Amino acid sequence: MTLHAQIDDPGLDAGCCTFGSLAAPAARSAAAGADPRAYAVVGADGIARLDAVVETLDCPSCVPSIEGTLARLDGVIGARVNAGQRRIHLEWDPERVDVERIVATLGGLGHRIAPYDAARLGGGEVDEVGQGLLRALAVAGFAFANVMLVSVAVWAGLAQDMGPGTRAFLHWVSALIAMPAIVYAGRPFFRSALGALRAGTSNMDVPIAIGVTLATAMSLFETTRNGEHVYFDAALGLLFFLLIGRFLDRSLRGRAFAAAQNLLALRAVSALVIGADGTTEVRAIEAVRPGDRVAVATGETVPVDGRVAAGRSEVDASLVTGESLPQAVAPGDLVHAGTVNLAAPIEVETAAAGSQTLLAEIAAMMDRAGQAKARYVRLADRISQIYAPVIHALALAAFAGWMTLGSADWRASLMIAVAVLIVTCPCALGLAVPAVQVGAVGRLLKRGAYVKSGDALERLARIDTVVFDKTGTLTLGRPRLDGIDGGAANALALAATLARRSTHPLSRAIAAAAGDGAAAEGVHEEPGLGLEALVDGERVRLGRGDWVGGAAPALPHAGTEIWLRRGEAPAVRFRFVDAPRPDAAEVVATLKDRGLRVILLSGDREPVVAALADQLGIGERQGECLPSGKIAVLQRLAAEGRRVAMVGDGLNDAPALAAAFVSLSPSTAADVSQTAADVVFSGDALAPVLECWEVARKADALVRQNVALALGYNLIAVPLAIAGLVTPLIAAVVMSASSLAVTGNALRVQRGR
Amino acid sequence: MAALVYLIPAALLLGGFGLVCFLWALRTRQFEDLDGAAWRALHDDHDDRLKDDRD
Repeated sequence: MTLHAQIDDPGLDAGCCTFGSLAAPAARSAAAGADPRAYAVVGADGIARLDAVVETLDCPSCVPSIEGTLARLDGVIGARVNAGQRRIHLEWDPERVDVERIVATLGGLGHRIAPYDAARLGGGEVDEVGQGLLRALAVAGFAFANVMLVSVAVWAGLAQDMGPGTRAFLHWVSALIAMPAIVYAGRPFFRSALGALRAGTSNMDVPIAIGVTLATAMSLFETTRNGEHVYFDAALGLLFFLLIGRFLDRSLRGRAFAAAQNLLALRAVSALVIGADGTTEVRAIEAVRPGDRVAVATGETVPVDGRVAAGRSEVDASLVTGESLPQAVAPGDLVHAGTVNLAAPIEVETAAAGSQTLLAEIAAMMDRAGQAKARYVRLADRISQIYAPVIHALALAAFAGWMTLGSADWRASLMIAVAVLIVTCPCALGLAVPAVQVGAVGRLLKRGAYVKSGDALERLARIDTVVFDKTGTLTLGRPRLDGIDGGAANALALAATLARRSTHPLSRAIAAAAGDGAAAEGVHEEPGLGLEALVDGERVRLGRGDWVGGAAPALPHAGTEIWLRRGEAPAVRFRFVDAPRPDAAEVVATLKDRGLRVILLSGDREPVVAALADQLGIGERQGECLPSGKIAVLQRLAAEGRRVAMVGDGLNDAPALAAAFVSLSPSTAADVSQTAADVVFSGDALAPVLECWEVARKADALVRQNVALALGYNLIAVPLAIAGLVTPLIAAVVMSASSLAVTGNALRVQRGR
Repeated sequence: MAALVYLIPAALLLGGFGLVCFLWALRTRQFEDLDGAAWRALHDDHDDRLKDDRD
């Protein structure tokens, strides 16, 4: 793709710049996040501090303007944005400025923040390991470079006339540089190998640890004996290349970890608790007890599970049901934490808060189901389970062979065995997989798909079935005006004047269809029923058929409808459909062409599901599917030996997302679903799903090629080693060449189709 | 050959200095947010007051 074509590509967001999303796609959050006042902490030095997620930070070019503008506010001591993690750390003097002003300033720039409790999230954990790897990498790199310098001198000297005294001196220099470095940089591998051996299994790190230890020990021994060959450079080179691979893998997971934590932060809310004397108090959610009465304003997320104590309203329960049409609630009705209160303020009597809510329970269920995914053994580890015993056997055979048949002394035999271990050490193997996966994930990120880990890619490449949810996944989840039955030509215009005063999804659809225009005055919204206003002296109602009155008998219709009635005239029907994504049919056709089985599962009514399935060309479909029903289907498919990719969005999909072999979720999905899914894709198109699968397959092919390359090089080197021909020079050349070849091949994942 | 006695330690010292600088940069968390650092460098609003970085 030429550069020109890439910029013009509609897949990239045209936000504040053309670069699109460099970090995670923006998660949908409630209309108003947590209250910053509950999370700002004033330290002993009198400075207030706050950590928050910047939900609207799609591109790091906003960072300087955010920091610069905030810095100019009187009283703000510091504002530091982390563009990669999309977080901001604020410090200010509470005597000179308050947090509302800071939030308002950010709002003026078009940014919204959601505060979190930094201690609770513990964001440092993954960073520590990654930092440790980077430190080990730096030390290994430094030592490798210097020891290599000395080694080149030694190898040149072997070909010419370097005296044994000089050679011994140089060997000692190598030893002195290498020893501390190997001990320090090798720790990640030694730790992991010991852990695996204690658990009775073997992983990639066991042969590495054995190889490095033996090589170092032998080289040290040879140095003290003024021997000819030492392998310090090979041992350090091994550690260096392997640490690169390990660091790449870690940084991949680090990003996903930060994104998942951001989602957790967006869920953490504070609550406005009404005391017995009528006073209100903002409290962090952990401090809310069952029985407390919580006030939920219009547009806010309901923070607790409970019953409505006062007020009538509509809530957006898409978090629970996945359907975007609001549900009416009245005193006595149950509401859940995470739903959004749309129409009018209500008071909720708390039944469960914090970790006791339905939301938290489902999140816990996600975690447990996710453990099953963690048991998936990665390709590299699977290879090493066969590979390690083979090379250890080879080394042993070489040692025994030379001792007996070759009649060499134990020193020379051991040297040959060590040489075998070094050249067969899975150095390129450790680089082969992460190098490709990092490239693939980076490429998908540019296309708006966010892959959370390397093994998600591995699993995605193996699927043979795709199960789609309907609302919000195959469809946009936003209703669209489909047609008007009856009424005069100006029915739409009249309806729009009322609709513009409401934020109900159906009202917005009418307003969108009518375009810009005036809005009526004095529009009253009856939660659950509709809108009413006086227009030119006549009462106009827009809403449910039975409330509006005068409706003709309804024709069966696969979709939603509301009615408009002016005065005593017959009611006019407005029909809505939930439009499928623009490329949904194409994507389904392509998936089927490539041999995948495509299934549609939905909780919606059968006629609606059938209509959409026919429209998109999906033969297998099932409607009125409860979450347990979806899991049952997945388990049946798994029992048949099929590997299923689940694409879904509502909370009702979350258990299924965790149970499927691999799962994808749109970024408009419920937070819990996004946390459960392996891949999150943004935008209105369904194409990212197809692209993820294609890139995953290409990455899989490249990984296999890389593994073949790595093993191929080793296979050439093993006979040489057994024959005793592998000097440290040859070992270093083979290792470096295979690592470079593997990395070069991995870069191919970035190119075209 | 006698030159090696001081040349090798000199080379190690210089290299070691580079390593120490890298480890210090790592410890002061300068590698945590590479995207933000890149864009921050392009900002040229001269009205910003100079602030201490509190990291």
